[in-house]
Amino acid sequence: MDRMKRIPIAEQDPKIRATNFEEVCLGYTEDEAVEEATRCLNCKNPQCVTKCPVAIDIPGFIQHVKNREFEEAVKVIAKYSALPAVCGRVCPQETQCESKCILGIKGDAIAIGKLERFVGDYSRVHNVDISETKPKTGIKIAVIGSGPAGLTCAGELAKDGYDVTIFEALHEAGGVLVYGIPEFRLPKDTVVKHEVENVKKLGVKIETNVIVGRTVTINQLMEEEDFVAVFIGSGAGLPMFMGIPGENLNGVFSANEYLTRNNLMKAYKEGYNTPIRTGNKVAVVGGGNVAMDSVRTAVRLGAEGHIVYRRSESELPARAEEVHHAKEEGVIMDLLVNPVEILGDEKGNVIGMKCIRMELGEPDATGRRRPIAIKGSEFIMDLDTVIMSLGTSPNPLIASTTEGLEINKWKCIVAEDETGLTSKQNVYAGGDAVSGAATVILAMEAGKKAAYAINEMLTK
Amino acid sequence: MYKIIEKRALAPQIFLMDIEAPRVAKSAKPGQFVIIKMDEKGERIPLTISDFDTKRGTVTIVVQTIGCSTKEMENYEVGDSFLDFVGPLGQASELMSESIEDLKKKKIMFIAGGLGTAPVYPQVKWLNAQGVKADVIIGAKAKEYVIMEEEMKSVAGTVYPCTDDGSYGYKGLVTNKLKELVQNEGKKYDLVIAIGPMIMMKFVCKLTEELGITTIVSMNPIMVDGTGMCGACRLTVDGETKFACVDGPEFDGHKVNFEEAMRRQTMYKSQESLKDEGIKPGCGLVGGIK
Repeated sequence: MDRMKRIPIAEQDPKIRATNFEEVCLGYTEDEAVEEATRCLNCKNPQCVTKCPVAIDIPGFIQHVKNREFEEAVKVIAKYSALPAVCGRVCPQETQCESKCILGIKGDAIAIGKLERFVGDYSRVHNVDISETKPKTGIKIAVIGSGPAGLTCAGELAKDGYDVTIFEALHEAGGVLVYGIPEFRLPKDTVVKHEVENVKKLGVKIETNVIVGRTVTINQLMEEEDFVAVFIGSGAGLPMFMGIPGENLNGVFSANEYLTRNNLMKAYKEGYNTPIRTGNKVAVVGGGNVAMDSVRTAVRLGAEGHIVYRRSESELPARAEEVHHAKEEGVIMDLLVNPVEILGDEKGNVIGMKCIRMELGEPDATGRRRPIAIKGSEFIMDLDTVIMSLGTSPNPLIASTTEGLEINKWKCIVAEDETGLTSKQNVYAGGDAVSGAATVILAMEAGKKAAYAINEMLTK
Repeated sequence: MYKIIEKRALAPQIFLMDIEAPRVAKSAKPGQFVIIKMDEKGERIPLTISDFDTKRGTVTIVVQTIGCSTKEMENYEVGDSFLDFVGPLGQASELMSESIEDLKKKKIMFIAGGLGTAPVYPQVKWLNAQGVKADVIIGAKAKEYVIMEEEMKSVAGTVYPCTDDGSYGYKGLVTNKLKELVQNEGKKYDLVIAIGPMIMMKFVCKLTEELGITTIVSMNPIMVDGTGMCGACRLTVDGETKFACVDGPEFDGHKVNFEEAMRRQTMYKSQESLKDEGIKPGCGLVGGIK
């Protein structure tokens, strides 16, 4: 075995997977996982851990995998994370844990994400019991939103013995894990449902169909329903549009709508009632993970899929793995291109998009080279569907109905970095609701920190 | 699960249901709506709240069978339950944020088209409770389609039924009735609130613009989540994009781009008719993947 080379992982053939919604990456077998784990040097001073937002004892669980003590590995991770099968799949490990792996200097970093995923999947398949909690305190805590931040915060507090209820606006728990990230990256009925079930097994109650700010307010929860503390993990689900002409034509969608129809409402599945526009030629405007998810969904629904992005490939904010997968599946990359107008026919249906070519100028304040339009380079793309994937911002509903909750100019809730405490007493917040759209693992980190702070506050 | 406590036919293809949903009943206000998903495979459909009873913990909806999902809903009986029922959604009627003194000075006319009578009712009822009597024009294609007339009479000033075929009340369109009241009978209105099919609201607005009467409409675009996270329900109001589910559903009717809104309503028409005709199994429809 070459210690410097990562054990390869099986994937569905690109030609086949581009026609289905099954998971692309098939995961390690037990033998492959053990072999990959054997490469780990078990560093005395493990740098990988420092870059994991929830500081999982990475060498610890990997040594158990190496020794085929899979149940032990499950229990090590469970101390730090409630969502290993999710994070193993969707974390950008290349910029986190794996970026600091010592093996990465001369060869391939340990496939920490894939090993975590293996352990998470093992836990599900073998039904490993990780429902142990401290004695019940009887103190009620409300968590708003059942995305990664809320699930993590609720799980941690339940482990500390609190009586936790999650309030979720949609009909299913999971937040972006169920409505945003597609089945082919994150299977819903198996992976997501199971990790939500694990949180429930800790004693967490989940009330779906409750919109905090409409169905009930934070004040009502605290004053009428005896919740002592509240954690807001309501995310950043408000889609942005470009504000160009033609954006309200038939056939223009936000990525959120397109993905919600397909992932949460299962529009792609026979027998489900929600329709979705399949389209023949679809352009997704944007270059993040959500854009890749949207375009790969469109391809699976039978369309020719294009990514339209105003910078070049090296600035694409999406994970390299997702861009690679998208290209393998036949997605066409229209880079250094910016839409200026969406064109429609007399019935108001999209027939094309007027774009302008861009070049990169000097780096801007964020260090990225600024795209500049090339005069006279306008051209028209023939299309029937356009999906806007320009990012999202927090929904103002909770802040606007909660007196004394401070927000900043980006409508994000203002909360202390280390504790998540907001301007309102006993109300904490974390995840995208505070940071604006970020990653699953950062939301989990925020949920965890807030849980710790809430416990500190209540045990003082 | 949300149990059906009462079900009653109001007219051909129009029925009323009281649904047990205590949290929604407690917070509901006139002008707001709910979203229902009947079962596992169902779609999320928006329906306006037509009444609510905090004590019983029930919310009343009125449904017209216009497609696959609403037809399926008609098969649900008392004792059955819907899987998901979420609300109240949207902004409450603007009337509720005005002072009672101001409201008492105003002459208000509601124009209810067909099923739109149901969402008009809680607003008229609320006004009545504040001591304000509003007039109501109820429009329908024929006598048997006029709904909730008795309930409305018990809370309104004058109720004017109109039918397209003249089988009951005034013969003709609601717009003609309003025109007659204002131009021939010398009635004066400071505010018109129109709820019904978009085409009706559009023509009411055209008329009231000529008559110089401020007009509020309740928009009914396609919705998915109803909480502001997708923009399926977006409309152009006064040149700006608005999300009907969070910014509305009520807007200044003279500022709404009705052409665009009506066009957007037809987005899934071909898919809807396919499933309605049973060409696809269930209501389910997919593209690319077979």
